[in-house]
Amino acid sequence: MGTLSEQILCGTAGEYVDRVVDRAYVHDGTGVLTLEAWKSMGSRRIQDAANLHVLFDHIVPANSSTTATLQHELREFACSSFLNFSDIGCGICHQVMSEGVVLPGEVVVGADSHSCTLGAFGAFATGVGATDMAAIWMTGETWFRVPESIGIHLSGKFLGAAEAKDLALTYVSRLGMDGATYQALEFIGEGTAELSMDERLTLCNLSVETGAKAGMFYADNITMQYLKRAGHTVQTQEPEPCTYTKEIDFDLTDIVPVIALPPRVDTIKPVHDLAGLPLDQVFVGTCTNGRYSDLARFAQGVKGRKVAIRTIVVPASRTVLLKAIKSGVLADIVEAGCTIGTPGCGPCLGSHMGVLGEGEVCLSTANRNFKNRMGVGGEIYLSSVATAAASALEGEISVPGGF
Amino acid sequence: MKGKGRAICVGADIDTDLVIAGRYLRTKDHSAWVAHVFEDLDPSLANRLNGAVIVAGKNFGCGSSREQAAIAIREAGVVAVIAPSFARIFFRNAINIGLPLIECDLSCREGTMVSFDLKEGWVDADSKKSAIRPLSPKMQEILAYGGLVNYWRSHG
Repeated sequence: MGTLSEQILCGTAGEYVDRVVDRAYVHDGTGVLTLEAWKSMGSRRIQDAANLHVLFDHIVPANSSTTATLQHELREFACSSFLNFSDIGCGICHQVMSEGVVLPGEVVVGADSHSCTLGAFGAFATGVGATDMAAIWMTGETWFRVPESIGIHLSGKFLGAAEAKDLALTYVSRLGMDGATYQALEFIGEGTAELSMDERLTLCNLSVETGAKAGMFYADNITMQYLKRAGHTVQTQEPEPCTYTKEIDFDLTDIVPVIALPPRVDTIKPVHDLAGLPLDQVFVGTCTNGRYSDLARFAQGVKGRKVAIRTIVVPASRTVLLKAIKSGVLADIVEAGCTIGTPGCGPCLGSHMGVLGEGEVCLSTANRNFKNRMGVGGEIYLSSVATAAASALEGEISVPGGF
Repeated sequence: MKGKGRAICVGADIDTDLVIAGRYLRTKDHSAWVAHVFEDLDPSLANRLNGAVIVAGKNFGCGSSREQAAIAIREAGVVAVIAPSFARIFFRNAINIGLPLIECDLSCREGTMVSFDLKEGWVDADSKKSAIRPLSPKMQEILAYGGLVNYWRSHG
């Protein structure tokens, strides 16, 4: 009995539990501080290296000698301590962990706020900071407050150019930036059967933008088939009778392309209302929308034409990049005049490779549009991939086809 | 744990990008974060934080998991942060590095003296006492050690 969080954490909402962590991961940003904290804790013990991952994605390749030196130290440590290590170019931590590593029912902790992405597999996946992670390296476990859950009931299927990102921004807007603080989101209802793993990953990815601890789908036939292709045989999860703090309904047929206005993810407008707003840059990628299906949809939008403004496309992982190369999707994107970045986070957090200048405006498929995030004085509008494609061709915010 | 300081008022939904911007993260030098703390919110704040209590609106610390945000606030000399609610990763981070957080919905008046007693569970601002939502026993224990590193140095 209970929500998926209650089942996996073996507790009831509100209860504090200590749980063994099945998978724990850091990236080049949080890993440096994790290593410092772990050293300071004194024991220099690694509980279970086989379950620990270090994945470089935030600044790849290094943009300065300072960054390279920090990365060098973490790389040496990860390799000498036999942690699972993914060097530059392997891809975004959440994406790599989604490519056949994380399984249903696992407790997954990442030192990054978007670790909630992996709830798409029916895992309890959540973000922590560096010091919490250092303790997990040492002990293999951590404490949780078992969250209450909000049920997000889905029905119908997307029409026209609407996609999972539009639903994601819509539910964030409905709940607000703190609407699910300390709680988990569970995506339920017959509409879930219409959603691919890529779409589920996008939906779970945005859950932290409501303050949620986790965003989760129950593992079903689609999950099973996806993981089978990665060599895993898993069972489906059945919802049990449980109590939600509230339930909200979305009919996917009602979802229209939307845009989140700077500087808040929860402030949205239909794309239609912003059409014609001039842009300086379009950015397609990130742990939200850098997967193969995203690149394929973007290519479909720009194929045979030329983008009107600088457009940066960053595949979420090497696997995604390779698939896009082999299928011809990447050639379509490059022929349209786009610039391709190294698999990773790209300019999302404003560190390198595509940051904005003063007064510049970017349309991004990422998940955050906070003030100055991609560069001081730059503004970020968030959209779906289809909207990004239509807008890149026009050089201004444009309604994607189908509406 | 007891403490007091002058109130510095900030708004709701202060994200960790505003606390410390991504462009300053690539270092282990804490003083670099202190120099730029809250720069994108109000560049004048950094110099006024020593000995202060930050009184914020709801959802303080939302966004990125960057622990540098909590470290920068602590290293700048902030005594505690008071808000009706905190984003959960920031909540854990702050306690883990020994920065007291207090869940309390307080109307803030800039510069007024705010005192608190976590054990007794109250905040006093403008001679008006308000009850606070207590930390979990685990968090209280971690905070009592000054953070999770010291906790594990004693328990590991």
